[in-house]
Amino acid sequence: MRAPLAWIREFTPIDAPIAEIADALNQLGLDVEGIDEPGREIGGVVVARILEVLPHPDADRIRLADVDAGHGTVRVVCGAPNIEPGMVVPFAQVGAHLPGDFTIERRKIRGQVSEGMLCSPRELGLGDDHDGILELPRDAALGTDVREVLGLDDVVFDLAITPNRPDAMGIIGVARDLAAHFSLPLDIPLPDPGPVVDTLDGATVVVDAPDRCPRFVAIVANVTMGESPDWMKRRLTLAGMRPISNVVDVTNYVMLERCRPLHAFDLDRLAGRGIVVRLAGPGEKMETLDGVERELGPDDLLICDGERVAQGIAGIMGGAAAEVSAATTTVLLESAYFEASGIAKTSKRLGLRSEASARFERGVDPNDVAAGAARAMELFGMVASAQRVLGTIDVYPKPIEPARVTIRTGRVNHVLPAELSDDDIKTLLTPLGIDVSGGTAIVPTWRPDVEREIDLIEEVARRIGLDRIRRSVPASPNKIGGLTAVQRDRRVVADVMVGAGFDEVYTLPLVAPADLARAGIEPEKLIEVENPLRAEESVLRPALLAGVLRAVAHNVAHGHPDVSLFELGRVFALAAAGDTLPVERLHLCATRAGRIVQSPYEPDRDVTIHDMTAVVEALTQELRLAEWRLVSASPPGFHPVRAANVVVGGENIGAIGEIDAVVLDALALPGPVVACEIDVDTLLASERVPRGARPVSRYPASAIDLAFVVADTVPADGIVRTLREAAGELLESVRTFDVFRSDALGAARVSLAFALQFRAVDHTLTDAEVGELRQQCIDAVVAAYAAELRG
Amino acid sequence: MTATDLAASADHLVASGRKTIDAAATIAELDEATRTLLGKASPLNEIREAIKSVKPGDRAAVGKAVNAARIALEQMLLDRRAELGQAARAASLIADRLDLTTGGRGYRRGHLHPVTRIWRELEDVFVGMGYRVAEGPEVELDWYNFEALNFPPGHPARAMQDTLYVKLGQPEEVMLRTHTSPVQVRVMEKQTPPIYVVALGRAYRNETLDARHSPVFHQIECLTVDRGITFGELLGTIEIFVQALFGPNISARFNPSFFPFTEPSAEFSITCVFCEGAGCTVCSRTGWVEVGGCGMVDPNVFRAVNIDPEEYTGFAFGFGIDRLVQLLYGVDHIKYLWDGDVRFAAQF
Repeated sequence: MRAPLAWIREFTPIDAPIAEIADALNQLGLDVEGIDEPGREIGGVVVARILEVLPHPDADRIRLADVDAGHGTVRVVCGAPNIEPGMVVPFAQVGAHLPGDFTIERRKIRGQVSEGMLCSPRELGLGDDHDGILELPRDAALGTDVREVLGLDDVVFDLAITPNRPDAMGIIGVARDLAAHFSLPLDIPLPDPGPVVDTLDGATVVVDAPDRCPRFVAIVANVTMGESPDWMKRRLTLAGMRPISNVVDVTNYVMLERCRPLHAFDLDRLAGRGIVVRLAGPGEKMETLDGVERELGPDDLLICDGERVAQGIAGIMGGAAAEVSAATTTVLLESAYFEASGIAKTSKRLGLRSEASARFERGVDPNDVAAGAARAMELFGMVASAQRVLGTIDVYPKPIEPARVTIRTGRVNHVLPAELSDDDIKTLLTPLGIDVSGGTAIVPTWRPDVEREIDLIEEVARRIGLDRIRRSVPASPNKIGGLTAVQRDRRVVADVMVGAGFDEVYTLPLVAPADLARAGIEPEKLIEVENPLRAEESVLRPALLAGVLRAVAHNVAHGHPDVSLFELGRVFALAAAGDTLPVERLHLCATRAGRIVQSPYEPDRDVTIHDMTAVVEALTQELRLAEWRLVSASPPGFHPVRAANVVVGGENIGAIGEIDAVVLDALALPGPVVACEIDVDTLLASERVPRGARPVSRYPASAIDLAFVVADTVPADGIVRTLREAAGELLESVRTFDVFRSDALGAARVSLAFALQFRAVDHTLTDAEVGELRQQCIDAVVAAYAAELRG
Repeated sequence: MTATDLAASADHLVASGRKTIDAAATIAELDEATRTLLGKASPLNEIREAIKSVKPGDRAAVGKAVNAARIALEQMLLDRRAELGQAARAASLIADRLDLTTGGRGYRRGHLHPVTRIWRELEDVFVGMGYRVAEGPEVELDWYNFEALNFPPGHPARAMQDTLYVKLGQPEEVMLRTHTSPVQVRVMEKQTPPIYVVALGRAYRNETLDARHSPVFHQIECLTVDRGITFGELLGTIEIFVQALFGPNISARFNPSFFPFTEPSAEFSITCVFCEGAGCTVCSRTGWVEVGGCGMVDPNVFRAVNIDPEEYTGFAFGFGIDRLVQLLYGVDHIKYLWDGDVRFAAQF
């Protein structure tokens, strides 16, 4: 909503500085998004007449002009080709300033003194035209400030009006708030619509859908079509609307002024010489003014001619058939009140919004419908030589009464807080048109948003000014802050990853099925977005891996092939039967790609899967997981025999491994890339070992090594577990330190070597004890895995 | 040999030993010299063995001479060993020189995403102010995202949300939440007041990722419901929060606004963190930067979750985290937050 200050001043005599008015508008909730002061940078430029044009004695392209700005003749040097005697032009006198912080001085041009400058439109900041001097109306008074003549003396506030304030979609509504704020009088003319009649010049109005159109006012006038006068054009332009014709401009003018949308029909082109307001039939179509054929439905309200043929979509846009044109002589003016949510629904469904629909869907004043029509008639008289057909058709079967809302002074004071009396509240609300007496507020129909006590409290707060409300903080013993254990642990997960050298990335949760497929992820059913803007963002990710691999590819493409990335984010899966909402899980996905860059003293090396398993180990250690293991598997996207599932408490909670060459190719990744993806929600819900102290032995340890030859499908960590079980508490630590294959061992056979360290908490272990432990370990492993002890 | 001869030989061994010791250029040669001069087969040992052949009265003199020679040789060896040790160390101090500035091996620290950093900071500030952290799903039902928040069907405020709907349930029943406010409803459905929670999370809107827009963004929402909560406490809580996050020179300013789920409603701005109110390009020379929305929980929202609006009042406020990240870290391009570019990540 663009509100020119001069227009506001027609209703309230506000003379505060611009900055103060802008501040007030903000404090009133009429958010100032911008202030246009087209003439702010212009000063000392006046209207002048060119008396005589003379050639420059020493130049061809520039001439001398004698001009009169109302107090004698002065001579200027001018290079414009279009100057001629008699022309009225903007004259920047010596000392004048122009846009661009440019001050005019007396100066010599090719030996001739110039006492100022004649201005082109561009020099006045009026667009790009620099072909010649701007020509002003010949009747403009000499010496007048050009800003007045050009309408540049106004200030326009560009306001963002919230959906609850239809009244502020009109200049009068803005003026009312400002008048209240500055304690100024407010003068709103209420033109008389005249006597109510049933027909006007033979025209009738029938409203078939009174629920959707509670009021319909029509007036008829004979008009002379033409252009609007300059003052009206200028004002509409400042307010952001394009002048069209005098009749259409008047309807727009009243809409902007009173938030009263109007529509003018050419009565002679309305078949059946009348108006019918009805709902559309199934499959009905009509072409709107913008030339688009619209398909309508039974919830769409139409304005039809007397033969029930659609002439416009009520409150949104008219049709071309009965539009006013240069040939129009008789106008039927529609001023109606449509139910707001119906307009909103039709507007949304058709994707069609207009200045009118923006007002109707917020809720215009049903009781200004006739006065608004009368105001238009006044203006028709001024700009279109209108002869009014006496009377007004006013179909208003159930007049809408102002709301009566209970207001308790105690409640107002309690909620704000404040210490207001009944009278204070009355005094605050009266300038808004809200009348308070005996604990009841009568709220004018131009404020449909004020229907409850809390809405009145908001009005009181607005009137007091939010910055003047006493601030404090709740002092309650119930405020006990803290993160839950799971929330803290999520931070731990991220911190472990950062400590392990991984950069955290965010990737979009909206992905393309093709991106998932490239990463080897092709679930049976994806959760689709109904109205995606792009196919690339059309489904919800079922896993993070595809996105993180894309981030790896991004870095490779930008010259950083050696990256370690991780993401902690939600993934989505279809719900179990019976639930509508998908299952959302927090996942961790980590990838390492390329080379591990070493110091200059050692060669760099490729990333291996052990760089990733080490990180998962660190994570499980920090989280003190009671039990977890990797089980060889071929999860989607990973190498078929160089990957594993992450299994916790018997449940498969993720995958780890080398990324399959097929995926690397699809993503144009040079490789190698290793990755893991883990369901963090399940991970954090798994059994943990509580933190607690155990005694630390003072006695020496005994270390032994054991090597076994087993089938290469036997997992090393299985043997480790068997060793732990066999040796019991005296086994302080065990570690796999060698994995060895050879022809001598046989195909699919592997030698695994383990370093064990024994220690007792209460004595030095004897050789006999260690020997016994060693044998227990050997026996257990041999029995469990058909293992062979290596010499 | 006579005792005198033997004693003289011992003395002579000291002189010849000195030559041998001085000739030893390395510790190994010195070890060899030690064996030669003092070992079992050494001339000194031979002299000691020969004492037996001297008449007893003279043996003490010879023994004394042998002992003196041994002590002298030992001392010379020790001195020479120290000398050689010093030389060897001096040589190794050149040979073993190492430049530690070539960087460490293989290890590089990672970086948290800038949004995660601010996210944690926000959580910590609110936890410090006595709030707990609530959560809710990103895919939501119309009830939570709109209906219970007092957005009736067809309400113009719905149209402002650019909702992304999901193909689940009834048409337009399931959507990617357009704000974190549905968490308010979920908390109030489950918990009876008093309620002091913040919810941080992702929200979605129908926009394409570019410099200034993203279909996914992060929000924080604060909800307070208790007996006697006032509008002034809302303003005060925001003021305190802003100062806790930005420091004492930054304050909050409020202008009335509209949100369906709060009444009264306001927008809040903070002193521009760059110019501290003086006016700069970031704040369009106003000295203020718009941050978020706030208000008293609308009675209709309380009714939707069966909380009596006469008994309880409450406030809510929320704002975009990404905007804060942009302000605090000077991120001028939203896309950076989503590219996963390590050149960006390493800046935090």
